[in-house]
Formats: sequence, C-alpha cells, structure tokens
Amino acid sequence: MHTRTGQLLPFTLLLPSMAFLAVLILIPLAQAVLLSFATDDGGFTLENFRRMLADVNFSEAWRNTFLLLVIIVPLQVALALAIALLVNSRFRGHRWFFLIYTIPLAVSDLAAGLLWLTAFTERGYLNSVLQNAGVISQPVLWLSFDNFAGLVTAIVIAESWRTTAMVLLVLIAGLELIPREFFETAELFGAGRFRRTLHVVLPLLRPSLQSALIIRTIFAFQTFAVVFALAGRNLPVLAGEAYSWYATNQDERIAAAYGVVILALSIVAIVVYLRLLGTREAEAQG
Amino acid sequence: MTARIFDRTLIYGSAVVLAIWALIPFYLIAISALTPPSNVSDYPKALIPSSVSLATIELFLESGGVVAATLNSIVVALLTVVLGLVLGAPAAYALARFRFRGRGVFRAVVLVTKMFPIAILAIPLAAILVRLGLYDSLIGVAVVHTAMALPFVILIVGGVFVALPYDLEDAAETLGCGRLGAFRRVALPPAMPGLAAAAIFAFVISWNEVFAASILTVRTRTLPAQVLASLSTSPLALKFIAAFFMVLPAIVFILLIRRYLRTVWGPR
Repeated sequence: MHTRTGQLLPFTLLLPSMAFLAVLILIPLAQAVLLSFATDDGGFTLENFRRMLADVNFSEAWRNTFLLLVIIVPLQVALALAIALLVNSRFRGHRWFFLIYTIPLAVSDLAAGLLWLTAFTERGYLNSVLQNAGVISQPVLWLSFDNFAGLVTAIVIAESWRTTAMVLLVLIAGLELIPREFFETAELFGAGRFRRTLHVVLPLLRPSLQSALIIRTIFAFQTFAVVFALAGRNLPVLAGEAYSWYATNQDERIAAAYGVVILALSIVAIVVYLRLLGTREAEAQG
Repeated sequence: MTARIFDRTLIYGSAVVLAIWALIPFYLIAISALTPPSNVSDYPKALIPSSVSLATIELFLESGGVVAATLNSIVVALLTVVLGLVLGAPAAYALARFRFRGRGVFRAVVLVTKMFPIAILAIPLAAILVRLGLYDSLIGVAVVHTAMALPFVILIVGGVFVALPYDLEDAAETLGCGRLGAFRRVALPPAMPGLAAAAIFAFVISWNEVFAASILTVRTRTLPAQVLASLSTSPLALKFIAAFFMVLPAIVFILLIRRYLRTVWGPR
C-alpha cells in the first residue's frame, strides 16, 4: 500500500463513480421528498400523506409488511446460523453442500414467488403430495384471498428460502474470522456443542449478525414482487402500494409518499440495530 | 464410538435435508417448464413426470413480447455491466491501492449505497427521466441498475486489487513502464477473473431487478417487468416458464462466480 498523500490520482479515479452515485441518489432523494409534499401546481401540502394514511390499503400494508418482517427475519437468521455452523464444522463434502445452499441467492424475489407458486396453487405440487399421501381428500386453497394464514405462510416460505442464502454468506464470512482455536479450546474445557455455540460463537459473530439484520430488514421493507406473485393484490405491502399508486393509479405523489415512508423506516431500522447490538467497533466492521 | 456415528448421521442428515430444501423449487419449476402446458391442470400431479416436452417452452417463445422483453433484459444488463465496470473499477483500484484523506468517507459511501433502497428512488427518477427524454428507454433502466450494482462492483474488484502484491506494480513502474503501463501489464492481468466476476454480478443484479424496471418503462419492458405487469392476466403455465427463463441464467452465473460471493456479503 502506497502512501502518497497529496496526489490527485485516487480522487480522479473515484470522481466518476461518486459523482454518478451523488446524481442518482441525492437528486432523486430530494425529488422524492419534494414530490411527496407537492400540490398540483408545485405548492407545499400534507395532502398526499393524508390521502396515503386514509387509504384502506395503508393500514393493511403497514401491518402485513411488519408481520412478514417479524416472522421472516428471525426465522432466516436462525436458519442461516444453523446452516453456517453446520458448514463451519467442515465435515467431508461441506463445500459442495455450501455451494448448494447459496444457489437461491441467484433468484429474484419475483422468480422466487413464481417458483413456489408451483407448489401452492390449487392443483400444485403441495396439494398433489398431500392428496397422494392421503392427508387431504380435496385440494386446499392455500392462496385464496380469505386464507390469510395460507397466504402469509406461502410468502414466508418463499422469501425465507430465497434470502437465507444471503444471510448465510454474511455469517459464514464472520465465522471464518473466528480462529479455529476458539472452538478447540472450548471443546477442551468441556463445553458442549450447544453451550459452545452460545458462549463462544455468538458474541464474536455480533458484527456479522448486525450487518445481516440490517441488510435483511431494509430489504424486507422493499419486498413486493414475491407477494404479488403469490398473493396478487390480496395482501397489500408498503412497496407494493408504492408500485400500485404509480403504475395503476397513476399518482406519483402518493407513490413518492410511500417511498419516503419506506426510506424513513429503513433509516430507523439501522439506528435501532446499531443502538441495540452495536458498538462503534461493530459499526466500523459492519 | 456410537456417539460419533450418531454425530455424523445428524450432520449428514441435516445437510441433505437442507440441500433438498434449497433445491426443491428448482426441481418443481423445471418439471413445470419441461412438461406439456396441460400438466398445469393435472391433479394430483406426479412428482416424477411421465413425459418430457418442449411444448411449454414453445408457448413461451411464441407469446407476445416475451422474446423482445428477454432481449431488452440482456441489453440493459450488458449496459449495466459496461457502465458498472467503467465507473466502478477505477474507484475500486483507488480504494485498494492508495491511502488518502477521505478514504474512509468513500468506503462509507460504498457501504451505504450497498444497503440503500435505491429502487425507491425509481419514482422520482421516472419524473426526471421523462424530462430528459429517457423515460421508457433501456439506457434509463440501465443507469438505475448501474447505481444498484456499483457498490458490489467496487467491493469485488477492490477485494481483488487488495489481494495483489503492490511491489510488482511498483517495480515495473520504477523500471520504466510508466504508471499506466505498470497497471496494464502487471496489475490488470491477475485482476481479470475478479473483473469478470464483478461483471457477472452486475449482470445478475440487473437481470433480476423488477421494481425500478417496472416503474421506468411502459412498452420497453425487461423480462421481470413484463412478467410482473402481466401477472394478473397470464396463464399459470406461462408464469412458470417465464420464471424458469429468469432463473436459469442467474443460477449459471452464480455458480461461475461462487469464489467471489464472500467478498460481496462478508464483513468489511
């Protein structure tokens, strides 16, 4: 690593990308806020937010987004942690299994919804298997508009399936930073596998868990295509409402208001996680 | 001894169950895509199809706009790759090779952008692109996808340059190669696989992105935007085969760049 302070080269190399990001993030960001507070003729108003709040779908979208968040995020972090510890035990062939577990990473939320749709439709594979096994005598309508539990379950399965791989990568990278001796010493002193995990691994994994939680929570606020694929409009979520207000209702200001809400929630989530789990040290690593 | 056998059974048992969990949707979409369209209405279906057919794939290729949308997706993804590398690779090199005032700030910008819900900016961006005459254009979508891919390109390429010894490049420079020559002849060749991995990752990000692509286009749809727009109208068989086509290249690409995945999501 060279120390050439005062040289312009690094700044010249960084300028194009940073200017690009500034233009593509800061300008639309300001625009989104302005748009959400704008009247027809460009004046200031709270009307867009008032209409957003008054919309029948808003409270449902709010509830569903958080419901999915509080089910999916802990579930997939627990699952990813279990898989990460399994892979990290370095059993023979663990590399191949690890590769298989990361494949869902390649799948978009829309495609994940459609993949699992093959299982959950009325004549889908889940009903087929259950019927062949004699568990049910006629197809269950998992994705019917009045089967709220069925809709939520299908979305939770599809979204956990897709995004566990991402959390797994974060946690595996974190586990690899922990020296092997930590595990061996713990074993020497007779710590059982469960206690070893709890006392040795979890505190050391805190920075990784923190970044995994932050990334996943922010992405959870943006979830919508997997919901559209499985539930259509029967289960409103915040990002889906932003899309619908823009594409279907042609009202970009209310869509922008939803965008501002999602952005605000993401920032709140980061602050909360840093407060709850973080030290400045973890912040620097995460 | 019995404890060890029990241990191994437990380890391999759970490893296999998890592998089945990870793979089963791919199997289901593959048999949905490779059986005749009538398979959709069969009930109860067999988990192992009795015949294989390309009829569903033909249906997909003949249905309106899908081929065009796929081509659009490819063009947008390639534009994203080019823009992402042109903008991201120099930045990655600078962050990996130099210590300078403000380096921490630049690194923070990269990390924040990685997590920033950029898709949400699609709504105001639509208004901006309308004014610029770029609304409903492939370049407009590619520009937004580039912003989403850029932090990942910088992380992957930066990881590669950090791992390469600087001494060689320095020596080449001292021996009269010149700064650019040293970079081109010494630093660039071993970094090529990393650049390729970053390109592939940028491609996958663009190929998979649906929110911004849907907001920023009306007629010039990418494949995910087209599929999303026709979700409520298209028959099940068509949805399944579309998902099959969306997933297939993404899987191949992820397998190709598996070595680099950790750089992307690892702690930093």
